[in-house]
Amino acid sequence: MAEDRARFEYLLRLGDNSLVLGQRLCETLGNAPALEEEMALVNIALDLIGQARLFLSYAGEIEGEGRDEDTLAYRRDVPDFRCALIVELPNGDFAHTIGRLFLVAAFNHELYGALQHAADPRIAAIAEKSLKEVTYHLRHAGEWVIRLGDGTEESHRRMQQALEDLWMYTGELFAPDAVDLAMRTAGVAPDLDLLRDGWNRRIDRVLAEATLRRPADGWMQSGGKDGRMHTEHLGYILAEMQFLPRAYPDARAW
Amino acid sequence: MTAAAGRNTVDPRHRRIWRALAEVEDPEIPYVTIVDLGIVRSVADDEAGDPVVCITPTYTGCPATRLIELQVRAALDRAGFPHARVETRLSPPWTTDWITEEGRRKLREAGIAPPVPGAGRGTLFGADPEIPCPRCGATDTERISEFGSTACKALYRCRTCREPFEYFKCL
Ligand SMILES: [Zn+2]
Repeated sequence: MAEDRARFEYLLRLGDNSLVLGQRLCETLGNAPALEEEMALVNIALDLIGQARLFLSYAGEIEGEGRDEDTLAYRRDVPDFRCALIVELPNGDFAHTIGRLFLVAAFNHELYGALQHAADPRIAAIAEKSLKEVTYHLRHAGEWVIRLGDGTEESHRRMQQALEDLWMYTGELFAPDAVDLAMRTAGVAPDLDLLRDGWNRRIDRVLAEATLRRPADGWMQSGGKDGRMHTEHLGYILAEMQFLPRAYPDARAW
Repeated sequence: MTAAAGRNTVDPRHRRIWRALAEVEDPEIPYVTIVDLGIVRSVADDEAGDPVVCITPTYTGCPATRLIELQVRAALDRAGFPHARVETRLSPPWTTDWITEEGRRKLREAGIAPPVPGAGRGTLFGADPEIPCPRCGATDTERISEFGSTACKALYRCRTCREPFEYFKCL
C-alpha cells in the first residue's frame, strides 16, 4: 500500500473513532442519570470532537484533494467511514454507555501513549495533547465501572452484562491489517500486540477492583476500521450528524 | 525561551505586543487574561520582520480557541501591528503549570481554586490532591464532579463553609 494512502486511512481511523464516539456521547445531553454526569459525558464528547478535528484536518492535507475536516466529517457516507464498530453501538443503558467509554478510553490511552513518539511530528503532537485528556476520560469511566461493579446486585448484573455484550467488539481494535502494518513500517503505528498487553493489564486491574468477570475471548466482530461492513447503526448516526451541513451547505458558523 | 522570559523582553515592539495581549480576557473565564493562563507561548519576528504570536489551546475541543485567535488578531490590530501573524502550536501541550502567579491569584479572587501544581499528572486511580477552599481556605473539601461548567474545571464543595466552588483542574 502506498504510504500516503495508508497514512490517510490511518488518520481517518483515528479521527472517525473520536468523532463517532463523541457524537454518541452527545446523545446523553438531556438523558444522563444526573446533571453532573451529563456535564462529564458531554465534556468528554467535546474533547473527542476536538481530537477528531485535528486528525481529520491532517487527513485532508495528506490526501491533497482539497477536503477539509468539515468535508470529511459531513460529506462522507457509511462505506467511507473508518471507525471501529464498538464506537457505533447505541449507548444502551448507563452501564453500556460507561462500559464502552471505559474500553475505548483504555485503548486510546495506550494508543496515544505510543503515538506521542511516532515518527510523524504532527501525529505525535496531537497524541501528546490528547493523551492528557484521555487520561481523564479513562479515570472517569474506570471509577464508574468500579462503582457499578462493586455496587448493588442490580448495578453489578448490568455492568457485567454490558461487558459481555461489548467484548466481541474489542478484538477489532487490536487486529492489525495492511494499513496498520504500513504505518508501523513507517515508524508511526505501534505494535498492536504490545498495545493489547498494556490494555489487558489496565482492564484486568479495574475489573478485579470492580469484582467483575473478564469476558472470554470468543468470536470477534470486525469490518469497521477497514470500512468493509459497518453496523446498521452508523447510517443513523450520520443522518443526524450530517443533516444540517447537508441541508444548509453554506451554514459555516452559528 | 520561556513565555516568562518573553514577557520580560527588552525589545520595545515586543513589549508593546505583550502589553496588548495582556488585555485579552479568556472568553470563558474573563477574570484572567490569556497571558495569565499561559496560552500565549511566544512573540517573535519572522524573516520579513513581522511579529508572530504563538498561542496554544488549553483543550483540543475548547470552543474558545478560535475566538481567542480572533481576539488576539484584533488586539494586535489595535496596538498597531496589522501584519502580525497568529500561529497555533500543539506541542509541547499546554499545562496548568504555565498559569502565572498573577493568574492564580485572580482565579482565587474569583472563587475558583487554582490548580495544585503537578497534581494528577499520570496518576490514574490515585488519591485526589487536597484542594483548599478559595472562599475560606479550609482544606476539608470534596469533589462533586470531575467535569464542570467548562472543560478546564471540576466541581467541588467545602465541608467547612458549605459553599460549592470550582477547581481549575490540572492538565
Ligand atoms: Zn470554604
